[in-house]
Amino acid sequence: MASIKAIINGKSITAESGMTILQAARANGIHIPTLCDHPALSPFGACRICLVEAEKNPKLLTSCTTPITEGMIVHTNTPRVIEARKAVLELILVRHPLECFSCASNGKCELQDVAYELGVKDSRFADPGDTNTSHKLEDANPFYVRDLNKCILCGRCVRVCEEHAIYHAIDFQGRGIHTSIQPPVGSPIEESDCVFCGQCVQVCPVGALFEKTAAGQGRPWDLEKVKTVCSYCGVGCELEVNVNKKTGKIANVTTNYSSPTALNKGRSCVKGRFAWQFVHSEDRLTTPLIREGDTFRKASWDEALSLVAEKLGEVKTKHGSDALGFFSSARCTNEENYLMQRLAREVMGTNNVDHCAHL
Amino acid sequence: MALYRAHVLICHGTGCASGGAPKVLEAFKEELAKKGLEKEILVIATGCHGMCEFGPIVVVYPEGTFYSQVKPSDVAEIVEEHLYKGRIVTRLLYKEPLSAQKVCHYKDIPFYGKQHRIVLSNCGYINPDNIDEYISRDGYQALGKCLVEMTPAAVIDEMKKSGLRGRGGGGFPTGMKWGFCAASPGDKKYVICNADEGDPGAFMDRSILEGDPHAVIEGMMIGGYAMGADEGYIYCRAEYPLAIKRLQTAIKNATEYGLLGEDILGTGFNFTLHIKEGAGAFVCGEETALMASIEGQRGMPRARPPFPAVKGLWGKPTNINNVETWANVPRIIVQGAECFAAMGTEKSKGTKVFALTGKVKNTGLVEVPMGITIREIVFEIGGGIIGDKKFKAVQIGGPSGGCLVDEHLDLAVDYESLTAAGAIMGSGGLVVLDEGNCMVDTAKFFLEFTQRESCGKCVPCREGTKKMLDILTRITEGKGVPEDIDRLLYLGNQIKDASLCALGGTAPNPVLTTLKYFRHEYEAHIFDKKCPAGVCQSLLRYSINTEKCIGCTKCARNCPVSCISGKVKEPHVIDQDKCIKCGACMDNCPVGAVVKG
Amino acid sequence: MTGLGETLGSGAMTNDFESIKSADTILIIGSNTTENHPVIGSFIKERKRKGNCTLIVCDPRKIEMAKYADVYIRQKSGSDVVLLNGLMHVILRENLYASDFIEKNVNNFEKLKETMSKYTPQYVSEITGVSPELIEDAARAYAKGPNSAIFYTMGITQHLNGTDNVRTVANLALLCGMLGRPGTGVNPLRGQNNVQGACDTGCLPEVIPGYQKVTLPATQQKVKELWGSDLPATPGLSVVEMMHAAGEGKIKGMYIMGENSMVTEPDSDHVRHALKKLDFLVVQDIFLTETAEFAHVVLPAASWGEKDGTFTNTCRAVQRVRKAVDSPGEARPDWEILLAVGKRLGASWNDMNSPETIFNAIGRIAPAYAGITYARLEGGALPWPCPTCEHPGTPILYTTGFPRGKADFSPCDWVKPDEWPTEEYPFIATTGRILYHYHSGSMTRRSSTGEFIKEMYIEVNPADATALNVKDGEQIKVTSRRGEVSGSVKITDRVPAGTVFLPFHFSETSANILTSAKIDPYSKTPGFKVNAVKLEKTV
Repeated sequence: MASIKAIINGKSITAESGMTILQAARANGIHIPTLCDHPALSPFGACRICLVEAEKNPKLLTSCTTPITEGMIVHTNTPRVIEARKAVLELILVRHPLECFSCASNGKCELQDVAYELGVKDSRFADPGDTNTSHKLEDANPFYVRDLNKCILCGRCVRVCEEHAIYHAIDFQGRGIHTSIQPPVGSPIEESDCVFCGQCVQVCPVGALFEKTAAGQGRPWDLEKVKTVCSYCGVGCELEVNVNKKTGKIANVTTNYSSPTALNKGRSCVKGRFAWQFVHSEDRLTTPLIREGDTFRKASWDEALSLVAEKLGEVKTKHGSDALGFFSSARCTNEENYLMQRLAREVMGTNNVDHCAHL
Repeated sequence: MALYRAHVLICHGTGCASGGAPKVLEAFKEELAKKGLEKEILVIATGCHGMCEFGPIVVVYPEGTFYSQVKPSDVAEIVEEHLYKGRIVTRLLYKEPLSAQKVCHYKDIPFYGKQHRIVLSNCGYINPDNIDEYISRDGYQALGKCLVEMTPAAVIDEMKKSGLRGRGGGGFPTGMKWGFCAASPGDKKYVICNADEGDPGAFMDRSILEGDPHAVIEGMMIGGYAMGADEGYIYCRAEYPLAIKRLQTAIKNATEYGLLGEDILGTGFNFTLHIKEGAGAFVCGEETALMASIEGQRGMPRARPPFPAVKGLWGKPTNINNVETWANVPRIIVQGAECFAAMGTEKSKGTKVFALTGKVKNTGLVEVPMGITIREIVFEIGGGIIGDKKFKAVQIGGPSGGCLVDEHLDLAVDYESLTAAGAIMGSGGLVVLDEGNCMVDTAKFFLEFTQRESCGKCVPCREGTKKMLDILTRITEGKGVPEDIDRLLYLGNQIKDASLCALGGTAPNPVLTTLKYFRHEYEAHIFDKKCPAGVCQSLLRYSINTEKCIGCTKCARNCPVSCISGKVKEPHVIDQDKCIKCGACMDNCPVGAVVKG
Repeated sequence: MTGLGETLGSGAMTNDFESIKSADTILIIGSNTTENHPVIGSFIKERKRKGNCTLIVCDPRKIEMAKYADVYIRQKSGSDVVLLNGLMHVILRENLYASDFIEKNVNNFEKLKETMSKYTPQYVSEITGVSPELIEDAARAYAKGPNSAIFYTMGITQHLNGTDNVRTVANLALLCGMLGRPGTGVNPLRGQNNVQGACDTGCLPEVIPGYQKVTLPATQQKVKELWGSDLPATPGLSVVEMMHAAGEGKIKGMYIMGENSMVTEPDSDHVRHALKKLDFLVVQDIFLTETAEFAHVVLPAASWGEKDGTFTNTCRAVQRVRKAVDSPGEARPDWEILLAVGKRLGASWNDMNSPETIFNAIGRIAPAYAGITYARLEGGALPWPCPTCEHPGTPILYTTGFPRGKADFSPCDWVKPDEWPTEEYPFIATTGRILYHYHSGSMTRRSSTGEFIKEMYIEVNPADATALNVKDGEQIKVTSRRGEVSGSVKITDRVPAGTVFLPFHFSETSANILTSAKIDPYSKTPGFKVNAVKLEKTV
């Protein structure tokens, strides 16, 4: 990669050829606020929050789409730039409901962040009745809720569906103020091509898309991310399990598009993202059980383990090692499978150990 | 080709066609057959003559007699008198509005006298469905010249020398644009004709496509040759079914003649052409949105760079010009760049086609040399203001443009002068406004259009034009507040500065220019709650002049909400709280006692 | 697995996900990738959309991937060997094979040519129902490459002749030299998160960790050295065989960990009978599953998210899984339970007291894992073989040749599936997974996904639906020689006429009541994909 020299805010920087102004600024520790930009998605240039000025260029430029060029002199904080950003932000806030208090995205809302950064509390242009109320809350499926009244039309969901899920289940529809993000005309999300991988939910910068099951499970600042691998198919998607530090329970599961270790590159499917509630299911086994006639009774670990050891030993003594069979599990870890076959081979003396590889 | 003693050209432009031209043509064929003249006289359906106000138009050659507003019932007389006996039917001649004199010949009509028809030279003169007629008027000669005698670089040089600039609105030098695309590396390139004409009231491109489709096709092929493109798309709005039909016929005929397809004229040059019908979204006239639409995606503009010349349709280098630009190309090649460059001003060469509408006597399509004054267009070609009212402004450039006023009447029209005055050349919409037009209402009309057509992608255009429209609406409803003018100025400037594409970037122009020249009208609405032009309904007040009222009760009887009271033969009074400002009282008053204001 | 190991030397996916980006031709056979491996499906679709990639999809069901295919082949269920042999016939006939590669790397070429000679497109067409032209198109596209990759899953393996299917896939790749480079490969997509790891770590009856055969003296010696015990020298029984043996009273005690055999194994009625007959059954699981109901002792285990360890994914990449939350009640991680049971039965196992120490023990016995440590895994996944701590891992196998020096062609003739439609059972029932559920459904049916698809349905072709006079949503009964299930009809042309599809995630209406416990003689895999059945409308 050829290297480029430029100046941002009076500071000499180097960037790789092909980088946008935004990427170059970030690489050099210079912050430019953004909304429609997302590192995993193609640049879109829609929200206009990232506008900057470049000398010799009469127009304001979106830093997310404009390539940085040799010798470019960029200013990210001139009065003209700040004014344009404020105007744009206040235009978004004309219709955006300011109900942050109850919003699922409070604390991780990027619109909030930009407003805070620019010192904007509300919109100079908002008139009574401007707040968006025209869309009904869409919550027919068990995975996510669409609250289009909060949508800022950044197009991230459209792009992630197109570029990562590769479904293009949704797109912009309508024009002007009636523009909205929809599946093809006439069909609800549930009957569209959407496969509920939830990637749109993850990249939504505001509260227009939120996980149904995450509601009430913890504010963003309550959550701690634990990096792990999905428990379903063999792809081995890297997931982040977000645990509420207060309750010790899982609040939701997300992915990380920027993780260098993620074989899935941040992608996910409906199971990986949404099918985790079984962990906290009411009917989880919590104590060892020992059969008594047609029912089970609770037992201590000590009692149960003794019984297991005793009975396995008994079968071995009475009928020989090969009268025992061990079913291991492709759901368990390598370590556990390893131990299972050692239990069978080394401890009990049989090769009758298998798992469901073929099922 | 058979020889005929006379040709009857019947305009089949959209205006004339909807005015009954096809029936007139039928009638001619019938009458001529009755008289046994069908072998002597040829009847031709042509493209637009431009004088749409006076259609259907029939021109009889060789003498060029110009009949206007011809009905099927007039045809027998024209055949009997003119074509059989050689006597002109005076009553059907065009009446010149200024002098009120009948004008016999096409060339003597002032509407045409000031025009300089290059792009429109074939429109109304040839049968657009007959390729032979195009060829007989030097058609495809330019293509032959390019393929056989000129290198691609020489063609581009010629375009540069001509000084032709994009007629779609931006005015970018065409030769330079071609040069970029030609220099862009890639073994596959495209040329596109932007025929997504969407400005309200504009029909320049439509008339060219309907009247002379081969000129556009030939221009595109020359461009394809110059830039190394072997495939082209004409992106035409689906609302132009006639233009699409004519293009389809033209492409079919040109292909049959070996003028399109492989190894054209035996030179090894290949070129195929597709028509893509657009769904009528205004924003698809923006070139990146247009390409997205051809690719089957939603028509939404994207940021440039990369420019289409580098990464265009399907990611390949692409050149987009509009209909009028392409139609100029063959003429420049045939007549030479110098000839073209001899017309116009220093930086704007050649001619420009305008759709002249609004409050002028002659509305229609006009082609004028660059550098002509607004006065000449409005008062000479347009014949002045209807009802001889007072000229107020012209709105040039449609929803992206701005208004020009009295002081600009002698402005020589070219790209630079218009931009300097706050308007733009645009694609050529020219609306004449008189004292009866409210400028706030006019600005609102254009804002409504841009808001409705905003693709919704970028915030300033989507949200900003809506907010400006809200403010304009409340001003026209008498609910404006003093800060609204500053808000409009602020929002207008921010939207211009921050929008993604030209649609948003120019959307505030109608507001900003009317504020510049007619701020007092805004103030009248806001502070005095009055619409000086008497247009904004909410601000109207009907009252009865008691001096004049004769108490005939007609007003009261015609009032739909019964808000007028008064005894017979005594002055009547309007209850302002109940009045819905429909104007019925004013229309019915026999003595003019009802006043509006 | 067996088929691939025998032909190439290893039974795992040869290439990694990155490799998809370089594939010029992708052949998918018997894999509903977008539903069963959605993220890999997205990688393949992404590759296809970038252009210059030919996609060949072979599947009796018109799966989503078929929409994007340049060549879509709808072969009859159970005719894969014929189809693939047909491709090889065309490649041989038109001289499109990689002769240099074969000469250097593969034995048994003459035998292959001989076997393939009868599989003319015409002959293949008669059995598969695929037009000869499509067979030729697919053959040419695959051979052209220059880099062609094959992906398959259970649609290939879950047949009584599954091993033959896999051998045949490998034959095709060898014939065209489509191995050892980015964009090529024979890629079986593993169905479960750690099925690769369970195999790698020796939960197979014939091999110990690292695929070392129990019958070899070298293996036995190694076990003696490392574990200090004698390794039984005869291969054990597979899952299905153990269940048979239990039914016959030969197996008396069983230890089932994390497995719901009642739902996932074929011939559920037989499984019930076998489990009931056991003297002693321990089930260790997170729920009281249908299988646990038969247990004498049930041990509560920690679930995913509650324990540390490693999984090995479908492309052999070892990755860390981490504990995020505590287990409910007294539930314990499986490793902890197994350590306790082993110790109570006399094992010393003093070197193992945590997932990390257990993992290190795996590395000591399985050479492919020797270079992998928890510390290294912090930096990301490592694909085995990774024999030393300096080794970067092996994303693509066979870049420099085959483990045994040369690979072998194992040409196979087609054998008509055991269960082929008859007059009494005129339909083929095929079972599988759907996007929203997983295996026995014990996890997905307790999550949001369970609310979305609540019950079993039966996919029926519109033509068959008309003939049976059933409408969408009406109930039908599917009967095989082993049992019957009922479910609501979903009319769709995803299934060809004469075939029905049943998802098997629903224990109350288990599709595996229909399936046969007959297994492939080599891989021990049951033939879930071809079952002769009859259909009746229920009133």
